[in-house]
Amino acid sequence: MSDRGADFRPRVLVTKIGLDGHDRGSRIVAAACRDAGMEVIYTPPWQSIPAVVKLALEEDVDVVGISSLATDHLIVPKLMAALRDAGLGDVRVVVGGIVPDDEERSLLASGVREVFHPGSTMDEITTRIRDYAREARRARADAENET
Amino acid sequence: MNKPVEPRLLADSEPARARWQREYREGVAAERAIANVSGIPIAPLYTAADRRPGGDDALGYPGQPDYTRGIYATMHRGRTWTQRQLIGLGTPADYNERLRSILARGATAVSLIPCNSVYRGYDMDSVELELLGTCGVVVNDAEHMDRCLEGVDLAEVSCAMNDPSPFTLLAFMLVAAERRGIDWKAISGTSNQSDYLSHYVANHMFYRLALPGARRVLMDHIGWCRQHVPRWNPMSVVGQHMQQAGATPAEAMAFTLSSAVQNAEDCIARGMDPDEFLPRFTFFFDISLSFFEEVAKFRAGRRIWARLARERLGASDEKSWRFKFHAQTSGVDLTRQQPLNNIARVTAQAMAGIFGGLQSLHTDAYDEAYATPGEVGARIAVATQNILREEAHLTDVIDPLGGSYYVESLTDAMEEKILAIMKTVDDAGGMYKAVESGLVQRTIGASAMRFQERVESGEQVIVGVNKYRSDDDAEHRPPVDRPDREQMQRHRDEFVAAKARRSPSAVAKALDALTRAAESDDGNVFGAVVDGARAGLSNEEICARLRRDLGFGQPLVVV
Repeated sequence: MSDRGADFRPRVLVTKIGLDGHDRGSRIVAAACRDAGMEVIYTPPWQSIPAVVKLALEEDVDVVGISSLATDHLIVPKLMAALRDAGLGDVRVVVGGIVPDDEERSLLASGVREVFHPGSTMDEITTRIRDYAREARRARADAENET
Repeated sequence: MNKPVEPRLLADSEPARARWQREYREGVAAERAIANVSGIPIAPLYTAADRRPGGDDALGYPGQPDYTRGIYATMHRGRTWTQRQLIGLGTPADYNERLRSILARGATAVSLIPCNSVYRGYDMDSVELELLGTCGVVVNDAEHMDRCLEGVDLAEVSCAMNDPSPFTLLAFMLVAAERRGIDWKAISGTSNQSDYLSHYVANHMFYRLALPGARRVLMDHIGWCRQHVPRWNPMSVVGQHMQQAGATPAEAMAFTLSSAVQNAEDCIARGMDPDEFLPRFTFFFDISLSFFEEVAKFRAGRRIWARLARERLGASDEKSWRFKFHAQTSGVDLTRQQPLNNIARVTAQAMAGIFGGLQSLHTDAYDEAYATPGEVGARIAVATQNILREEAHLTDVIDPLGGSYYVESLTDAMEEKILAIMKTVDDAGGMYKAVESGLVQRTIGASAMRFQERVESGEQVIVGVNKYRSDDDAEHRPPVDRPDREQMQRHRDEFVAAKARRSPSAVAKALDALTRAAESDDGNVFGAVVDGARAGLSNEEICARLRRDLGFGQPLVVV
């Protein structure tokens, strides 16, 4: 698959892990990604970490977007480890929602690519997700060339 | 009688109006059409010509139908609103400490927000430690509830609990009260989050049972409370979730009133008398920053409800017609950027609710768009209410905006809009069916999208977000206070040990009693939940059993 030009269609999984069900944000972001020409896989809230890993694998996604409004981002480092264990270390993960500054730093340290805060525009979010999807495709292509 | 006013420089009204129109047009170079969030066009000026026929006489008096000016004759000048701050965090001991501090600072009622794991129907040994107690207190059984409310006189203080179907938290509290020798007849408060319809639509966090089971358990709950805890409000009809999820103020009010009608008609179908249960119906709303729109929303909702209760539901007691509501300032309006600005936002939202005639108020903490509120944020939120009530003199006059040309005209327009939305629900077969089919969810989703577009186009200004931005606001974001994980681990270990000490046969017997109630047509499921709580059943045990017996259905997600 090409990562350039108008035919580049990032594959994005928009989901929520943990306990919270507030889905206004994830629904709006999913719709914005779809309108920006991406393939969007959307799930209802409350996914388990293994379920997200399985879906990312089966759907061959470039980017996983996790929406966290009520502290569910605290288990995102566990998701990062689970993705790596499943051989999906090249999938880019972004988080959006209510994330305090110091917890943002630990998310970034665990490998999360970016944290989007309230007030981010849909244009900003979709542009960045597209960039990360390109990164993911290149990383995968490089890995395949090495083997 | 007032003395006539001194002669003033007043011109004849018609030429004066024509002159104002001319000068206004010249003064505003490019007139732009303004509409409020509900889509009602807003004129630059309102005059007596905009009042509905009958003028002031048609407004009536507070405490009398149709209650446009308030549901009590005295309103806030008599008894001010209940100051009810939502609190909940950490272990029961953490919660109890915060509760006592807030009561000492002027809060007059208790609220209890449980951990999201509790909402989802899990005990703490089924959930990652990282997520425990971060958004609410971890209460899994009657013992935990007793510790939460230590030192609180349950016969004196009104307790509101975020307690979705099957209402395990109320069951735990009643068992705790019983052990203290307190008569249930003395206990007052509200089952917040009893409105399964709004959960299914907009707040999936509280969702536990499939629609038919949730409907049945609510009816059992209302009937049981009427008999055993007569001062308890078992039904809180919720517009707050729907507005936070994106419904416009008019949609939120309309869908809430339609839910209330649905629930009341379900009660009537079960053979209950509307004058028995309607006086214990309460409402819970969001207050956004659209100031006058919110004032008008509450005034319009109040008079629609009075008519519905009397004419459609057939209630004859005035107590059944009164639209009692709690309101919470809107968290969606708060910003992470320049967080101290949120204190100003909450103040304006709270004023709209007060002028709208609320009975109970929660003001958000300024750090809510950033984290679970800390101690400082919670204190300022309480102080905001104290200042509005006691320094700003907002309680001196009943319905102080009543008679304003704008507010009265807008109240009429909101009423018309709300009734039109309610008609779409009735046409779909009522609220239960409109929710089952996704009509309500689609309407709210579309409004959420429209609001986002208004913000992104700059039509809706948000200070610090799409205008007046700055980069130096991080210092105003306070450090986050997460529960101590070691203490939480101890709380979990103690709970697991306590569960293991119970007699397995007693647990099995209590669970079977739940199943029997769920499977029989005339058994009362909520009564069985209270018995189960007394027998030491945990939240997860009760919820899991009822999910098995009554069905578990995930809410419909519409993108």
